[in-house]
Amino acid sequence: MSKGEEEVKLLGAWPSPFVLRARIALNMKSVRYEFLQETFGSKSQLLLQSNPVHKKIPVLIHGDKPVCESLIIVEYIDQVWSSPPSILPSHPYDRAVARFWAAYLDEKWFPAMKSVQGAKGEEERKALMQQLEEGLALMESAYHSVSKGKPFFGGDRVGYLDIAFGCYLGWLRVIESFSGLKLLDHAKTPGLAQWAQAFCAHDAVKPVMPETDKLIEFAKVLMAKAPPK
Amino acid sequence: MASNQQVKLLGVKGSPFVARAEIALKLKGVQYEFIHESLSNKSDLLLKNNPVHKKVPVLLHNDKPVCESLVIVEYIDEAWTGSTILPSDPYHRAQARFWSKFVDDKVFPAVFKAATNPNEKEREQGGEELRESLKILENELKGKFFNGDSIGLVDIAALFIAFWLPIIQEAVGLDLYNSEKYPKLDKWGQEIMNHHVVKEVLPDRDPLLAFFKGRFRSNTPSK
Repeated sequence: MSKGEEEVKLLGAWPSPFVLRARIALNMKSVRYEFLQETFGSKSQLLLQSNPVHKKIPVLIHGDKPVCESLIIVEYIDQVWSSPPSILPSHPYDRAVARFWAAYLDEKWFPAMKSVQGAKGEEERKALMQQLEEGLALMESAYHSVSKGKPFFGGDRVGYLDIAFGCYLGWLRVIESFSGLKLLDHAKTPGLAQWAQAFCAHDAVKPVMPETDKLIEFAKVLMAKAPPK
Repeated sequence: MASNQQVKLLGVKGSPFVARAEIALKLKGVQYEFIHESLSNKSDLLLKNNPVHKKVPVLLHNDKPVCESLVIVEYIDEAWTGSTILPSDPYHRAQARFWSKFVDDKVFPAVFKAATNPNEKEREQGGEELRESLKILENELKGKFFNGDSIGLVDIAALFIAFWLPIIQEAVGLDLYNSEKYPKLDKWGQEIMNHHVVKEVLPDRDPLLAFFKGRFRSNTPSK
């Protein structure tokens, strides 16, 4: 069996932005896969076996080989299913720029987003929201310089950075809903607002992007179960 | 390599992250200019080329900046031909990325927590986390190097453990990582520090020890 023909499973959960990255990438390559959803609050034997180091989703299981960490999974998918559309940019420099921004989002921006819910008091919440806004201003400027007038970070097509960033849109809308503040909109981030619309409407994204209402419900359940530390 | 290519590396000699970029450049035989930065007085060149993080290393390739050490190493691997730093097989490539990320996400923070957190309980917790991470890496090491017979991405990323960690331990009086508890890692450490390219890049030990003693001792008042 060729690499591309082996069985593909994805361990994940519908609310997770990281799992969403893998699903979008698989969709873009038209890869058939079995989506095995973890039950919230418990970890399956398969998950513990396939990702013993982190015990986290997503895990892509290709044949019998597990691949962990969402961005690593996206690069793996792009390499294994190498026929177009390409997910990573073709030029090494453009790849470095895309990887840089993806690392920024995961290491600096997303931690602030995650902390908003558990923020102790108005001061902390305000500071975190400001961090998110500043990050979005950076991404707006990155969008203009990277897309060079095209609709996506990847140019004419959705690419690595679109996926890395776009996966967070659902949860960003949840935060906007809870806080009553707009963070990504036509007034503050016009480029990103247009991009977000195009991204969410994309064939590979639309079927798997969780609805904001469902995420809000899920967030309420989360908050009820785990009060802030 | 075309003679009109200009490669500069903004860095400081003691940094494990800068060392990654230098090793990658040397493995590929790339000629470059090392521009010494002062972290207490950052140059305009640095601030202009890494406005988001204002950190070293920054690689300038024909004036175009690449930031973040592992992004730089992958870029160097892709932009220049020669010995490969990442495996070409997609699964092994994914593994290499996974383990180098593991070093950054788990090992580094644990070391700094164990060595510098002002709270004693936190330092102990850091020590625990470091022991766990090192055990995982010890079990992962199957050959001469993480990459097999020749050094690769993970070896370059994990060099911190071989060279910097023992110096930090000496500076603050820790003994979490040693040859008894981690014989495979220790042997790997000797091998990699003896590698002809790595040897050229590693900074002198004594000034680095003095640097860590100065910086870290002051963070742990109870010692």
